[in-house]
Amino acid sequence: MTGMSAKTTGRAAPAGDLRLVNLTKRFGIFTAVDDLSLTIPQGSFFALLGASGCGKTTTLRMIAGLEQPTSGQVLLGDRDIARLRPYKRPVNTVFQSYALFPHLNIFENVAFGLRRRGIRSVDDEVLRMLALVQLDDFGHRRPAQLSGGQQQRVALARALINQPQVLLLDEPLGALDLKLRRQMQIELKRIQTEVGITFVHVTHDQEEAMTMADTVAVMNAGRIEQLGAPADMYEYPATAFVANFLGQSNLLAAEAAGGSGSEVPVTAHGARFSVPAGRARADRGEVYLGVRPEKLHLADSADQVPAGHQHVTGVVSDASYVGVSTQYLVRTGWGSELSAFAANSGLGGRLPVGAAVVAHWDPRHAFLLPRAPGQDDRTAGLLDEPVGASS
Amino acid sequence: MTALAHVPTSTGQPAGPPPPPRHDRHRLLPYLLLLPGAAWLLLFFAVPLFQLAAASLYDPTGSLSTGYALTWAFGNYPDVLQAYWPQFARSFGYAGIALLLALLMGYPLAYAIAQKAGRWKNLLLVCVVAPMFTSFLVRTLAWKTILSDNGWLVGLLRDVHLLGPDGRLLATPVAVVLGLTYNFLPFLVLPLYASLERLDYRLLEAASDLYASPVQIFRKVTLPLSMPGLIAGTLLFFIPATGDYINAELLGTPNEYMIGNVIDSAFLVRLDYPQGAALSFLLMAAILAVVFGYLRRAGTEEVL
Ligand SMILES: Nc1ncnc2c1ncn2[C@@H]1O[C@H](COP(=O)(O)OP(=O)(O)O)[C@@H](O)[C@H]1O
Ligand SMILES: [Mg+2]
Repeated sequence: MTGMSAKTTGRAAPAGDLRLVNLTKRFGIFTAVDDLSLTIPQGSFFALLGASGCGKTTTLRMIAGLEQPTSGQVLLGDRDIARLRPYKRPVNTVFQSYALFPHLNIFENVAFGLRRRGIRSVDDEVLRMLALVQLDDFGHRRPAQLSGGQQQRVALARALINQPQVLLLDEPLGALDLKLRRQMQIELKRIQTEVGITFVHVTHDQEEAMTMADTVAVMNAGRIEQLGAPADMYEYPATAFVANFLGQSNLLAAEAAGGSGSEVPVTAHGARFSVPAGRARADRGEVYLGVRPEKLHLADSADQVPAGHQHVTGVVSDASYVGVSTQYLVRTGWGSELSAFAANSGLGGRLPVGAAVVAHWDPRHAFLLPRAPGQDDRTAGLLDEPVGASS
Repeated sequence: MTALAHVPTSTGQPAGPPPPPRHDRHRLLPYLLLLPGAAWLLLFFAVPLFQLAAASLYDPTGSLSTGYALTWAFGNYPDVLQAYWPQFARSFGYAGIALLLALLMGYPLAYAIAQKAGRWKNLLLVCVVAPMFTSFLVRTLAWKTILSDNGWLVGLLRDVHLLGPDGRLLATPVAVVLGLTYNFLPFLVLPLYASLERLDYRLLEAASDLYASPVQIFRKVTLPLSMPGLIAGTLLFFIPATGDYINAELLGTPNEYMIGNVIDSAFLVRLDYPQGAALSFLLMAAILAVVFGYLRRAGTEEVL
C-alpha cells in the first residue's frame, strides 16, 4: 500500500485510469460478460478473481482488442479504445499460454514490440528488461529451451518492454508449481511497484489475488460480485458467493427482524444471536449469519465462553491436523457441520473426535448477508476446495 | 539399475538362463526396416540410373538397330545443350511462372483452409485433392476444352477485349503455364496446409497485441512459421513441373515445347538414346542446382 501511494503522487493525471462501462459480450445467446462496469486507477495492481468460465479472459481480451464487445465502452483516460485494433492500443498482454514466438530467440521475442513500432536501437532496452526478469544470459536461446517459469518471465518482459499504459495478465502463473508460483507472485509485485504500470491480473486463485492486488474484483457469471481492498472484502464480504470464494465461511440460515439500534437481532435454528448493524448487508427477512472458521473458537463448556461472545453447542465430528492449524468440524444439534480453525500455538490441547464442544465467536466478527428464500446453511465443512482446483 | 538387478523373480521373470541379449537385434532392426525400400531403390533407381549414365556416353552415331558402343562420348552433353537450350530455358521459365501463380493462389487457399475454414476444413481439403482422382491426362484434356477457341473463356475474354478478335489461349505459352499451375497446385497446397494448420492462432494474437499490423504479422510470424511447408510445397511443385511434357504437348505447340518433350521424342520417336540420356542427366543436374541454391537461401535450420 505504501508503494501504491508513492506511485500515485508520481502519476501525471488521473487521465490514465482504465474504465469499463457497461461492457457486455455475448457469444450467440450466451452472455459471457454481463454489463460490467468498473474503474481501475492508473498505477494500481488490480486482480480480477473468479472461477473458471466466469468471463475473466473475455474481459481481458476486450481490453486488449482481441474480442469486440457486443456493447459498452473501454475507456483509457477519456478515450474510448473499444473499437481500436489491438496493435493500436497502448495495452499489452501476458497470455495464459505465454504465446512466445517459437521461431525467434528470447532476445528477439522481447524486442518484438519495439521493432514493430520502428524503433531501431533496441539492445539496451532488451538487456535491461532481461535483467529485470533475471534472464540476462538467455537472450540467444529459443523459447522451447526454457522452463515454464522462465518462459513466463520472457512473456512478462516482452509485454513490459513496451511500457504500456495497462498490462493485462491472464493467469500467468497458472502453469507453475506452487513454490515457483509463490516466488513469481512476489516478483510480479516487485516489478509492478518498480515500473508503476497499471496491472490487471486475472486469476482463479484467491490467495494470489489477495497477496498481490491493491484492489480485487470477484467475478461470477459475467458480473462483478464485489470489489474492494482484499482485507475489507475478506472481513466483510457482500454476498454468499464472495464469502465462500474468498476464503471459507460458515453461513447459517437465519431470519432477521430488523433493528433500530446498533445491533441486528437474528434467529437461527431456534437460537437468538445478534450482529452489529455496521456488519449487516441485510437486516430484515431471510439472511445468512456468517462467521469465518478462524473466528470460530471451541471451548469445552459454556462457562468458558468469554463474555460478549455468542455460541452454539455441538460435537466434534472431524479433526484434521494441517500443521499450522487444526481444522475441526463441529456437528450442531440441527445437523449442520461448522468449520473451525484452531491455531496450533501450543496453548490448549487438541480436541478428540466425539467431544462435546461449545463453538463461540465475537459478534463483531460475524456478518449478515442476504439469503435467497429456502436456502439452507452453507458451511465450509461441506464445501469442496472452492478455488484453485481448476483453471 | 543395480538395485533392480537384485530384485528377485517376483517381477514375473522366470528363473533360469537369461534370455539372449537383445542388443544385437536392436542394432540390426533399423537396417532390417530399411531393407525393402533400399532393395527397391537399388533395383529400380540406382541400376537404371547407371544404365542411363552409360547411355548418355554412347557413341552418338550408333542407332538402336546397329547397336550402341560405349565410347565415353562426353561431347554428347555440349551437343544437346547447344541444340536444345531454348527448351531448357522454357522449362524453367514456364515452371517458374507457374510456381508464382500457384503461390499467389495456393498460399491464401492453404491459409484459409487451415485457419478459417472451421468445420468446412475437411470438405475443402477433399476439393483440393479431388481432381487427383482423375488421371493427369484427362484433366489436361479438360483444360484443352476450357481454353479452346470457341469455348466460353476465350469468348468472354474477346468480349471484354482482353483478347483480340482472333486472339486465342490454346496453343500459346499462357495455356501451358495455366496447365502447369493447375496440375501441380495440390502439391504446393497440401504441405503448406500442413504447416499452416499447426500455426497457433494465439501467436498471431500475441503479435497483434505487440503492435504488429496485419502485414507485419504475416511477414514476421505467419510466413516464417510456414516456411517448412512452403519449401516442401515449392519443391514438390517446381521439380515435376520443370520436367513435365504433357501440358506442353496437349495445350501448346512445338513452339512451347519444354525439355520433357525433347527427351520424350528422343527416346520414343527419334530413338536417339545417347541424346535422350544426356538431356535427362542435364535436366537432373539443373534441377538439383536450382533446388540446392534455393534451400541455401530459404532453408533455415528448421528445414535442413
Ligand atoms: N469464442 C467463444 N465462443 C463461444 N463461447 C465462448 C468463447 N470464448 C469464451 N466463451 C465462453 O464464455 C465463457 C467465459 O469464458 P472465459 O472468459 O474464457 O472464462 P474464464 O477466463 O473466466 O475462465 C465460457 O463459458 C466460455 O465457454
Ligand atoms: Mg481464462
